[in-house]
Amino acid sequence: MTSETVNTPPRRALPSMSVLGPIIALLALIAIGAFLNQNFLGVGNITNVLARSAFIGIIAVGMTFVITAGGLDLSVGSMAAFIAGLMILVMNAALPTLGVGVPIILLGMATALIAGLLAGLLNGFLITTLGIEAFIVTLGTMGIYRSLVTWLADGGTLSLDFGLRTFYRPVYFDGILGISWPIIVFALVVIIGEVVMSRARFGRHCAATGSSEEVAHYSNVNVNRTRMTTYAMLGILVGVATIMYVPRLGSASASTGVLWELEAIAAVIIGGTVLKGGFGRVWGTVIGVLILSLIDNILNLTDLVSPYLNGAIQGVIIILAVILQREAKAKG
Amino acid sequence: MTYLKTFATGLVAAALTASVAMAQDTKVIGVSIPAATHGWAGGMNFHAREAVERLEGVYPQLDFVLATASDPGKQVNDIEDMVATRNIDALVVLPFESEPLTSPVHAVAEGGAWVTVVDRGLSVEGIEDLYVAGDNPGFGRVSGEYMVSKMPEGGKIVVLRGIPTTIDNERVDGFKAAIEGSGIEIIDMEHGNWNRDDSFDVMQDFLSKHDQIDAVWASDDDMAVGVLAAIDAAGREDIQFVLGGAGMKEMVKRVMDGDKMIPADVTYPPSMIATAIELTAIAMTSTAPVSGTFTIGSVLVTPENAENFYYPDSPF
Repeated sequence: MTSETVNTPPRRALPSMSVLGPIIALLALIAIGAFLNQNFLGVGNITNVLARSAFIGIIAVGMTFVITAGGLDLSVGSMAAFIAGLMILVMNAALPTLGVGVPIILLGMATALIAGLLAGLLNGFLITTLGIEAFIVTLGTMGIYRSLVTWLADGGTLSLDFGLRTFYRPVYFDGILGISWPIIVFALVVIIGEVVMSRARFGRHCAATGSSEEVAHYSNVNVNRTRMTTYAMLGILVGVATIMYVPRLGSASASTGVLWELEAIAAVIIGGTVLKGGFGRVWGTVIGVLILSLIDNILNLTDLVSPYLNGAIQGVIIILAVILQREAKAKG
Repeated sequence: MTYLKTFATGLVAAALTASVAMAQDTKVIGVSIPAATHGWAGGMNFHAREAVERLEGVYPQLDFVLATASDPGKQVNDIEDMVATRNIDALVVLPFESEPLTSPVHAVAEGGAWVTVVDRGLSVEGIEDLYVAGDNPGFGRVSGEYMVSKMPEGGKIVVLRGIPTTIDNERVDGFKAAIEGSGIEIIDMEHGNWNRDDSFDVMQDFLSKHDQIDAVWASDDDMAVGVLAAIDAAGREDIQFVLGGAGMKEMVKRVMDGDKMIPADVTYPPSMIATAIELTAIAMTSTAPVSGTFTIGSVLVTPENAENFYYPDSPF
């Protein structure tokens, strides 16, 4: 952040397009949505969009750190499916002894967080200690977790016990003062992430590691530990997202979380984080996530475009975002 | 010298094996199916394994090789391996995709083996000896006819479609033809991709967009799960019922228990793979003719007959 403001010529009053671009795109989408359908700005629809963005959003905040530190994680979608399956199995197994109540929910949550942490540490270990390319490691673990959840479910669907599901359901659908829990958790994760990224030492270490490993190393930054921490953090956040995801439908299958990793990476890039690492923006990621879910939402609420083209529109937006970034870089 | 010895020993061994095989006259049936990547395929895998186990007991003279593939390329390799290493007499195949599997399966048929194709047809006609097919237009028609009978005065419905494919198009066309002129109006249609999460999101948006929805054709039981959760969360009372499809055990159970929201289901049974294996076994062991096309009709599951369609042990 600081280096950018130094580079900007003082006579220019407006921030660069890479900052304005995503915000303008989001505002434009909101305007289009409101113009096309009067229910778009209703409380119900806003709650729906924010709550369903929360899964990808929470994961994308973690992904912002991983990418800023020069890494990548393709395994998060499969990891979420695997953790969801594991959580359901553990909770169902503990049901006879613990019964329906708060302890069993806490057990499920602990399972998700620990499994996420371990999965993240495994990715981090293979990438930093063994020095294997992040793309290859996480491509491998992506396949492993996807197969494991299919195997756990015997090719079908793992479902939470009906009584448990009814008890656990409010974690997705209820909240405080009409704001549902996923939105609250998402907001907290974003605020903490933004503070860590822009104010804390760890955020600067991530950026330093991502922009030049060697310079960071000579500047007394523990590069390996920084990278490891980003993967572990992302793992825990996948666990957090799963805790919100399971109560929604109470089930997990091989089709859970498919392509979440690409949506999360796309959101990070749309938000202005540099894919090669070295610079990250958590608030930008949030805007990226909202842009992606609003496109789907608006296309569902209107009959303007054939639903076959949803993916094409998202693709155009992603490419536009990267073009804006490049222009900003060339000017700076 | 040693080379010659090895060669000779090998030749004797091969001759011995061949004579043993001749004596027992064992026939090998290869079964190649897609891996269990979603609910329906999981059920299909379950029924394939079960049929193979059962038939191995019934016919001691038959041997089965079962292979599951996660993509069309792997499936082609599986089939080539079966021919090369097991010298199969018959092949039961549910093609991952029609195009890439057509020429490998054609090669198997050229080699003289019996070929049974299940569900997804090959892109060239006349290769297979037996085609066991699901009835997609019929699936849509039965669903549409049920809607008409349930809403004689007509009404407004929304439709969730599957992954954009020929299968999905045939189903939706069959459905539209069946409700034509009945006063039932499709006010919205989107792809839920046979996926619970996607259909949940789509249904939430339908509920925001439309103030009055009388019924939902979810067209698939996984999508019905997502639709029901969305309706439940919105607390809407206007929707009278949701019609899914395929015959997932949880949904059949709800029909059986007389659930008001799930009054019926329409089958597209994954157990059709068992029908295909069974008929192929008959072709291998008897003179009864089984070649041709065997279409498995889509049946309406109601509380009265639900028990016949309930497989509590199946994963689907």
